[in-house]
Amino acid sequence: MSPTTTATEIAAAVRGGEQSAREVVEGYLSTIADREHEVHAFNLVLEEEALAAADAIDRRAADGEDPGPLAGVPVAIKDNLCTREVPTTCSSRILDGWKPPYDATVVERIAAAGGVILGKTNLDEFAMGSSTENSAFGPTKNPLDASRVPGGSSGGSAAAVAAGFAPLALGSDTGGSIRQPAAFCGVVGVKPTYGMVSRYGLVAFASSLDQVGLLGANVADAALLQEVIQGHDPMDSTSIPDSPPGLCERLAEGVEGVRVGVVRELVEEANSDVAGRLREAAAALGDAGAKVDEVSIRALAYGVSAYYLIAPAECSSNLARYDGVRYGLRLPGADITSTYGATRAQGFGPEVKRRIMLGTYALSAGYYDAYYGQAQRVRTLIIRDFEAAYEDFDVLLSPTAPSTAFRFGAKTEDPLSMYLSDVCTIPSNLAGDPAMSVPYGSGDDGLPVGVQIMAPALGEILMYRVAAALEASHG
Amino acid sequence: MAESPASWETVVGLEVHCELRTETKLFCGCRNAFGEEPNTNVCPVCLGLPGSLPVLNRRAVELAMAIGEALHCEIRPSLFHRKNYFYPDMPKDYQVSQYDEPINVDGWLELPDGTRIGIVRAHMEEDTGKSTHMGGGGRIHDAAYSLVDYNRAGVPLVEIVSHPELRSGEQARQYVSELRAILVATGASDGKMEEGSLRVDANVSVRPAGSDAYGTRCEVKNLNSLRSLGRAIEHEAIRQARVWEAGDVVKQETRHWDEANDRTVAGRSKEEANDYRYFPEPDLLPLAPSEEWLARVRSSLPPMPAARRARLAELAGTEPREVATVVDLQLDHLVLAAADAGADANLAVRRVTNEVAADPVRARQLDAADFAKLVLLEAKGALTPTQAKQVLAEMLDGGGDPEAIARDRGFEAMDLGALTTVLDQAIAAHPDEWERLRDGDQKLMGFFVGQVMKATRGQADGRAVSALLRQRGR
Amino acid sequence: MPERDRITSTDVAHVARLACLDLTDEEVEEYTVQLRDVLEYADVVAALDTAGIPPTAHPLPLVNALREDEPRPSLDRDEVLAMAPEVENGRFRVPRILGEAP
Ligand SMILES: [Mg+2]
Ligand SMILES: [Zn+2]
Repeated sequence: MSPTTTATEIAAAVRGGEQSAREVVEGYLSTIADREHEVHAFNLVLEEEALAAADAIDRRAADGEDPGPLAGVPVAIKDNLCTREVPTTCSSRILDGWKPPYDATVVERIAAAGGVILGKTNLDEFAMGSSTENSAFGPTKNPLDASRVPGGSSGGSAAAVAAGFAPLALGSDTGGSIRQPAAFCGVVGVKPTYGMVSRYGLVAFASSLDQVGLLGANVADAALLQEVIQGHDPMDSTSIPDSPPGLCERLAEGVEGVRVGVVRELVEEANSDVAGRLREAAAALGDAGAKVDEVSIRALAYGVSAYYLIAPAECSSNLARYDGVRYGLRLPGADITSTYGATRAQGFGPEVKRRIMLGTYALSAGYYDAYYGQAQRVRTLIIRDFEAAYEDFDVLLSPTAPSTAFRFGAKTEDPLSMYLSDVCTIPSNLAGDPAMSVPYGSGDDGLPVGVQIMAPALGEILMYRVAAALEASHG
Repeated sequence: MAESPASWETVVGLEVHCELRTETKLFCGCRNAFGEEPNTNVCPVCLGLPGSLPVLNRRAVELAMAIGEALHCEIRPSLFHRKNYFYPDMPKDYQVSQYDEPINVDGWLELPDGTRIGIVRAHMEEDTGKSTHMGGGGRIHDAAYSLVDYNRAGVPLVEIVSHPELRSGEQARQYVSELRAILVATGASDGKMEEGSLRVDANVSVRPAGSDAYGTRCEVKNLNSLRSLGRAIEHEAIRQARVWEAGDVVKQETRHWDEANDRTVAGRSKEEANDYRYFPEPDLLPLAPSEEWLARVRSSLPPMPAARRARLAELAGTEPREVATVVDLQLDHLVLAAADAGADANLAVRRVTNEVAADPVRARQLDAADFAKLVLLEAKGALTPTQAKQVLAEMLDGGGDPEAIARDRGFEAMDLGALTTVLDQAIAAHPDEWERLRDGDQKLMGFFVGQVMKATRGQADGRAVSALLRQRGR
Repeated sequence: MPERDRITSTDVAHVARLACLDLTDEEVEEYTVQLRDVLEYADVVAALDTAGIPPTAHPLPLVNALREDEPRPSLDRDEVLAMAPEVENGRFRVPRILGEAP
């Protein structure tokens, strides 16, 4: 089993009876056995469960049933998505020993489509971080260079795909947590339109920004997985009633006449090598028939500030429930208040505590209007500026991150510098728009560069078409 | 009961939490049921498990709208907020509640005496779980530890907040009694205060009589019956008046009604002031009821108690408060049936209030047509009041046709001849009294009617006896 | 731009109590510096003129997401209690509660 085989090929082979799901899964498990100790992409590999699921798929195929569009495709799941009776840790000590009594909707849908859940991937604790250094279980290494971070917070998922541990992975993206690690690891990463994919079973970080998304080795594989997981879920009030069908079949329609705007403010944030790759990507799209022009979107400059008020505010409330009463870690205390204080102080890592503090402060009496309220109004400004840009352009282009993968420890001492590395990805979360990262060449250090394609809400089909064109252009 | 000193005026505003009678909880499909085994009606959503999300119950929204309509509120687009504080009976350590954009605002409730009490708002929120304090006599501050049951967590509530327009414990009692009747009529509540379906907190202050200013208020909790509500407010008002009169200052605090000792006691609160850090609940979308949806809810509402009182009072030619018992006990249909049958509605109201209401359980089984027939018989004099009451008692006992019951008991109106004979005997036996009546002492009318009634063991019609006496006296 | 006082370690200690986090003195000092950095950076946002701009709490323009009032199965109680650090008599056991519910 070659790790370069695509998910699309695997599904076709298993559906066609040319290959067994067991063979596929065994192949990936052996790659994991070879290299996982160097990478640490997983918090948990579900070897037995995956083989059992593969056998069940093979039996269905043998009975003449169609096991589904993901037949036999192993999928790695970010460890902040609930898996029934399988530990779901969010890479935090506070969820010590907790096994959810239910599956996230996306996990259910993958299983129903014949996909095989391979394991739970590492992340920055509760998805708060941009390097996967904030995991209570130790960092994940970038499979392309062990001295570099894989990005974050979906670093484990990105590394798993890049290392050939799984052809596809699920991640979550609150401010760039899928796209930035995808860029750092040289894979495709997609944050769908807010509400396109159910959040039910995604452990919340910042509810109005969180979006479940996916990572894959190529654009077609990503589209295959998005088609499986997207669509209305009655368990999620913020799920969109319907979603555009026919993603996979429209990938090859090209970009003739598509208006592409290169966002000046975000290019200016990038290092020169990254900016250089972006210009090449824009030119390649021009060669493919797109109308490429530069666009200025002024309000994007305020994205990071607004985000680092809104996201911590929501997080401070979402993470209140980890109090040692109903599940997870509990430290003893003389009374309930000291139990709360000790449990939460011990159970959460420094970055999570920092954000809880920041968010609690931003919501507290006397500061709400100046911080949280003002950030919400700035969110409106960003949305309006995007809308104005989309009058002239169909999609927008920018670097996914200002740099290639940085070294371990480079930004851990200075939280603000880490926050600023999300400058290109945050605006789409604030607007609720879809965005994805596609690898495009490498930087001066030889590490991959990611190009970000942004589209208006529900604009997935065009976004994927542009991604496919970019992918084809540098083959 | 103790009186509050006349120089002080009591000012009361009430917050009433009403558990809605839905099948399921506010945000999940767990059953909304009382008295089940602990922690059996719980799921990932109402336990606040990581990854779970709320989805709003349509029926709960419709009941909230019905309450708003019944309280003459403006029903508006609304938004849920999170109220953040740590407490073990709250699974998420925040409560989802409508904060600055509640579904119902600016309404009023009319007491049976016609007084209108303003309603500030009636908003939706979720209930908490229930803690049982172990050791220390079950009281929170002395307990060794506590046990939590989350069956009630997430049960839909509507919190109804009145303006501070109530002026006594008795008036507060009337307000809650009326509110309860309204909530039951809308179908929103079962009205069971003892099961916690309705929970009342009272904000009580006092001020010098004649003043418009508000004094410092105390919130009195643990008022789980109408009786304790009225008494707690009276006692709290007296306590506050005494504090002021002693030259001290009333402290703003939460107090509890101590039923056994007839007093309110200060609760124990944290030293640090609460800061709930409200913000819009991002897991829920705003509510914006369409005109059409509102109209559907409106048209499904039965008439409310005040309207029912007005109607019965008009039929009976009396004041609304005179028909309050009929409406409270939901016995309107008896009076309406009597009126429809052409019987005296006023008499029907009196029979329901004085006789039928004494046994509310059997009253509900009383056949309205039979009751109407009975009132007709009495009104046209075929039965005396005493006979009518006896027949009615038997109808309540086992039901049946009043005519048949009267016949079985031998109740036939006495003919004039028989009545005259009895009256003649009474006059003969009491010549002095007869003389005084003839001289104009009208008090003796009653004396002779009584003599006749006694002689006939109540079978005579009092009004017929009076008429005969007046004829004779001329 | 409204002048705001810079966040102090007293503020941080107060916020830590609101958030139920027992911080060490060193953590309080560290967070005071770091929060000050982030908040100063956020001052560009605080300084913007947003008069007349409505807040966006949520990116979706939808309303009225409702479900029917129909029961769904609850969890098995043994499974629920098995998750808990401490239980007694079918309930979650917690150390003594000092203050009353607000
Ligand atoms: Mg309330
Ligand atoms: Zn539930």
